[in-house]
Amino acid sequence: MEILLNGTRVAVQPGQTIMQAADSAGVHVPRLCNYPQLKPSGACRLCVVQVKGARGLVAACTTPVAEGMEIETDSPTVADARRDVLDLLVSNHPLDCFHCEACGDCALQDYAYQYGIKEGSYDGARRQVEVDDRNPFFRIDYEKCVLCGICVRMCDEVMGYGAIDFAGRGFTTLVSTPYGVSLDDSACVFCGNCVQGCPVGALVPKSQVGAARAWEMKKVRSVCPYCGVGCAIDVHVKGNRIIKIEGAESPANHTMTCVKGRFGWEFVHHEDRLLKPLVRRADAPRGAVGREWFEEATWDEALAAAAAGIARVRDGVGPDAVAGLSSAKASNEENYLFQKLLRAAVGTNNVDHCARL
Amino acid sequence: MTNSLDEIADANTILIIGSNTTESHPVASLRVKEAVRRGANLIVIDPRPIEVAEAATHWLQPLPGTNVAVLQGMMNHILTTDLWNMEFVDSRTEGFAEFVASLDGRTPEWAASVSGVDAGLIRAAAEAYATAERSTILYAMGVTQHSTGTDGVLTLANLAMLTGQIGRPGTGVNPLRGQNNVQGSSDMGALYDTLPGYRKVNDAAARTALAQAWGVADLPAQPGAAASELPDRIMAGEIRALYLMGENIALTDPDANHTRKALTRLEFLVVQDLFLTETAAFADVILPACSWAEKEGTFTNTERRVQRFYQALEPLGESRPDWQIIVELSARLGYPMPCASPQAIMAEIAATVPQYGGIAYERLGEAGLQWPCPTPDHPGTPILHREKFARGLGRFSAVTFRPSAELPDAEFPFVFTTGRSLYHYHSGSMTRRARPLAEHRPDAYAEMDPATGSAMGLQDGDLIRVTSRRGEVTVPVRLVPGTGSKVIFMPFHFREASANLLTNTVLDPVARIPELKVCAVRVEVAQA
Repeated sequence: MEILLNGTRVAVQPGQTIMQAADSAGVHVPRLCNYPQLKPSGACRLCVVQVKGARGLVAACTTPVAEGMEIETDSPTVADARRDVLDLLVSNHPLDCFHCEACGDCALQDYAYQYGIKEGSYDGARRQVEVDDRNPFFRIDYEKCVLCGICVRMCDEVMGYGAIDFAGRGFTTLVSTPYGVSLDDSACVFCGNCVQGCPVGALVPKSQVGAARAWEMKKVRSVCPYCGVGCAIDVHVKGNRIIKIEGAESPANHTMTCVKGRFGWEFVHHEDRLLKPLVRRADAPRGAVGREWFEEATWDEALAAAAAGIARVRDGVGPDAVAGLSSAKASNEENYLFQKLLRAAVGTNNVDHCARL
Repeated sequence: MTNSLDEIADANTILIIGSNTTESHPVASLRVKEAVRRGANLIVIDPRPIEVAEAATHWLQPLPGTNVAVLQGMMNHILTTDLWNMEFVDSRTEGFAEFVASLDGRTPEWAASVSGVDAGLIRAAAEAYATAERSTILYAMGVTQHSTGTDGVLTLANLAMLTGQIGRPGTGVNPLRGQNNVQGSSDMGALYDTLPGYRKVNDAAARTALAQAWGVADLPAQPGAAASELPDRIMAGEIRALYLMGENIALTDPDANHTRKALTRLEFLVVQDLFLTETAAFADVILPACSWAEKEGTFTNTERRVQRFYQALEPLGESRPDWQIIVELSARLGYPMPCASPQAIMAEIAATVPQYGGIAYERLGEAGLQWPCPTPDHPGTPILHREKFARGLGRFSAVTFRPSAELPDAEFPFVFTTGRSLYHYHSGSMTRRARPLAEHRPDAYAEMDPATGSAMGLQDGDLIRVTSRRGEVTVPVRLVPGTGSKVIFMPFHFREASANLLTNTVLDPVARIPELKVCAVRVEVAQA
């Protein structure tokens, strides 16, 4: 099937939406409420395009392509319509990009820039709602919300909890829990997939607040260190600190995470981290808990002591008097080397890990 | 897993047994929810009123320790109603006659009398599983952490073969693995009885090949000690030195008091960890390892997908990646390892582990590769046992139901069972040091049925003392409707109320997995 997209012939698949066809052809249609894992909702009206013969503009995210369809994604009429939509949104949006975490990673900011909206032209009242700071995971700034509904649909369509929905109507519409209770008291499980989906600064991980913005962070691909699903993640780093973690695309998780994967990384920077090798003091009783029973050592000293202790038993009693437990948290490469050390360097099959615990 | 995570969404019937999927494997559970939205049947066999049980078409709530009986009741019904797959059984399996004989008398009514599950529910579940075009089984530690854990897994394999629900998309017997790299650790031979690639240590040919690759004269042929056997072996004086890489056995072992005692008997203990854990407190030398974020490597997930992770941070302080520490230690033990990088180690793995023969860093991309991937041009294997089983014919196992080792009695009248919660993980050494999680769910708790609790005059948050033959803990109670009048549940993440002070060390005779899911306890009201 073929369509004419901005004057160019493009092959498309039957059943594709105009937005999908445009994406495949490398033509970006602006959007706020569309998200790859969610059903299209046609809510934001930013993706309107002109279709020859159609009455008025159509939403690219919900309109299927048809043979020979002639589409203009950025004609003057389309651009005017988008400007109207953006003007309304910006008029009801705090223009505090200077200290917004989403600055540089905000769809509204990007499109306002693209369509030349400096400030809103509507003078009337602006939504004024207090920031909801009640949960330890993320901050909710209702004034920045563009009501795209991605968070609502994420919670319903993907997670199946439906903890939040639109409440109120017209100007007073807000995304809310039933009766506005804290998320703590709702069905929310704090997966934070809504936070990742938010196109603006309405939902921000608390770890990012005042800490970093998009251009300051490097994004490093990783795999979650918790359960065996193996969710792909992007670790966002500034300096030598993790600022936040987001889900990445892999067949294992398709950008989703759970609460532990997204918000459970602070142990990396915890003050309890061991930063130097330790050797037990000669006068310390076994099992005594606490750093005071250990002395700091250099790596050379500690490795020499570790090797000497193992070698003493290996050579004095026999290889099978030595055992090692590897870790299901360590990499394949490390597990391979660990068992190789026990089998080849010590000479025992006394090697196992926590597979049964 | 025999199959892949995404296939769960395409199943017509999903049988979840012994898996608290939404809490322990939340992102896997999204596929279950997707399938249910599309109209799939969801059968849940689990003693606790967990989220998937409440969403189930059929929730079978057995007493902890009676999975095998319930499954046998289902299979008996499938046989007597002729819902089994004769073509699959004839062409793909062996041992059918002995297996059928083992189900003699194992009627749904018998299963009901053992497990407490209604016989009609057992029948309905059997029919939903057997008659669907694609049925998949998801299971976790609720099946395996029993003294009959091996029987549980074999029984699931029997069920899948009996109905031909294996070797096709959307089917299979699928363990949801609990740790990010427990699959990989096992693949790499960090097991007392298998070399890398699951070759038995008494396989002389495999030993010779590895010895040659590793440049040593020979490798030991006798199976070693399983992790679960270490405390006894230490107490017997057979094991004198222990090298622990990131394991917190003083908290995660059953009968943790026994393990702690054993740790004091060691002549020498090296612990390599991020933290001074409860276990590290016993060490002679503590080597500071860095976290996964500070190094690179690969993890293999529950669907056998080998995925790369990259270094995000420089190692904190003087901490080092585990692989570097092992290389250094090995050299000092007189065995230098010529490994310059994780990528070079993977090249050695590819050369020595047949299933990983085609795995190389430059091939892994963003989607990784699923083993078996034997050659550099092999695309990986999303589904196992397609045309034939790994061993040729699938072997039915004749299993006899055995009760758990320690059952409730007059002195210890409750069944005690353990598991994870959504917000915490294992011994808590990671999650309890992650402020948002720790703040959101700071405290230990024990779950109990409201009827049982109120009969004792208990309200939510009141302190109870839970005592087994091995220890006692004092913990706030949570009254959870549907828990069952005979069951007490505790998560094992909390050192101040450690569930594993109570659990039983009895092992499954084959897998040597401890019976963490069933022991007997008594409950008393404790003073604050």
